[in-house]
Amino acid sequence: MIHFQNVSREFPRVGRALDGVTLSIRKGEFVFLTGHSGAGKTTILRLVHVADMPTEGEVRVNGYDTRRLRPKDVSMLRRKIGYVFQDFRLLPDRTAAENVAFALEVTGARPAVIRAKVGRLLARVGLAAKAQAHPAELSGGEQQRVAVARALANEPILLLADEPTGNLDERATRGIHELFRDINAAGTAVLIATHDAQILRRSVGVRTMELEHGKVVYDSQQEQA
Amino acid sequence: MHAIREALAGFRRAPLLTGLSVAMIALSVFVLGLFGVAAHNIQIVLDQVEARVEVVAYLRDDASHAEIEALRANVAGLPHVRDVIHITRRQALELARIQLRDFEAVFTGLETNPFPASIEVTLHSGQRSAEAVHRVAAALGDYPVVEDVRYGQDWLDKVYLLRRVAAAASVVVGIAFAAVAALIIGAAIRLAVFARREEIRIMRLVGATNSFIRRPFLLEGLMAGAAGSLLALPATFIVFRLLSDAVVDLVWIPDLWIVTGIVIGSVFGMVASAVAVHRHLQEI
Ligand SMILES: Nc1ncnc2c1ncn2[C@@H]1O[C@H](COP(=O)(O)OP(=O)(O)OP(=O)(O)O)[C@@H](O)[C@H]1O
Ligand SMILES: [Mg+2]
Repeated sequence: MIHFQNVSREFPRVGRALDGVTLSIRKGEFVFLTGHSGAGKTTILRLVHVADMPTEGEVRVNGYDTRRLRPKDVSMLRRKIGYVFQDFRLLPDRTAAENVAFALEVTGARPAVIRAKVGRLLARVGLAAKAQAHPAELSGGEQQRVAVARALANEPILLLADEPTGNLDERATRGIHELFRDINAAGTAVLIATHDAQILRRSVGVRTMELEHGKVVYDSQQEQA
Repeated sequence: MHAIREALAGFRRAPLLTGLSVAMIALSVFVLGLFGVAAHNIQIVLDQVEARVEVVAYLRDDASHAEIEALRANVAGLPHVRDVIHITRRQALELARIQLRDFEAVFTGLETNPFPASIEVTLHSGQRSAEAVHRVAAALGDYPVVEDVRYGQDWLDKVYLLRRVAAAASVVVGIAFAAVAALIIGAAIRLAVFARREEIRIMRLVGATNSFIRRPFLLEGLMAGAAGSLLALPATFIVFRLLSDAVVDLVWIPDLWIVTGIVIGSVFGMVASAVAVHRHLQEI
């Protein structure tokens, strides 16, 4: 599903954010991407989301070489890749329901379909009761649940999460991670970038990849093999 | 649906700039409309003048019947010529008596006939261009029996010149207003794009296509263009009525021209938006 072949990403003046990364993530996998600040975690997620391009090597997502995709294909691919961030990125002037609906509106879905789906999505993340609340009226954990519901709107095959619990307390963090496990259990691959050591310690048996200075220095799966 | 809602939201977000865009498009289309009225009426005058245009060749008094017949036959064979009539000196005198009845006494008392014989050439309708008239007149002038050639040359040239000047002036003023309109639309779109910056980022995040993102802005431009053109219509009509009542009788432009003007204004609004959106979407 995700395949990096010798991928480098060089920024002018800054240097190499990624340096010859080769990795594979299969359908339905659950993977932690870890490493110090500046190691290149966000860069990897952005390459997968086709928000960025490698300067060297090849990035394949769902079988497509991202460099060969036309803008329209990028849009279609992104509908199948959910993305959540540390800072939630909800639209403040829209309710929770409207924020989730937003991801469906851009696909041209009919209003009746959108309404029904939004209800189900909010229920799935445990926020059915707060559908009409605005982001400012929600706790951080609740806002992140809305963001997850939005990311799930178009039934993604992959969910990317960049430090999703960085702004949350321990309880909210646990809740969000349980949610990710549920989503993964339903068949969606999940790739989470985090340096939260506590989560990693608790997630025994989950595939973990560690980056350092733009290189993969550890992959729990490789070790087992 | 989404696009319409967002376009209307754009109007509400920047009413002043949107109003200015509409006003500038209205001014541009208004200038276009005034030119339309002028061009239409000049064309009507030209048609009337052209319908009456004939080339008259006055003949020397000593021209023989055979020479005149030869001239007549040759001229009838020229391109664009429909009719060639020979008016003898006596016929000319008769015509003058009939047409200038008030001066009948002047003509009856004459001892010699002051009118020369002439040949009147009419051209096929639709082929009475200044150029064709010039050419026929020049051909006639080459005959030795022809003393003088007359046609509404000055008149025709002046009307044609007037039309060209009117067209040039309108194009210059119209382009100036259109350029200002494009700049203001650009500023309005820029504002709208930046106001919706976060939203556009999220749209890209969740897989909106570029055309979906652009659509509300294009619609906003289209609506501003249509609104401006629709405002220009009554403005043009009012000026038309004022001129018509106070200066010269004018004829109102055909419906098709009105529709064309509104389409031009609307498309212009949309194209100006498209250019601005293309530029500003790259910045965010
Ligand atoms: N747009 C950019 N322009 C220039 N340099 C960049 C850009 N984005 C990332 N970088 C550089 O790439 C390197 C890796 O950045 P990245 O954001 O991938 O790190 P990260 O592992 O996500 O760190 P953090 O845990 O702090 O989020 C950094 O050194 C950063 O300076
Ligand atoms: Mg990061």
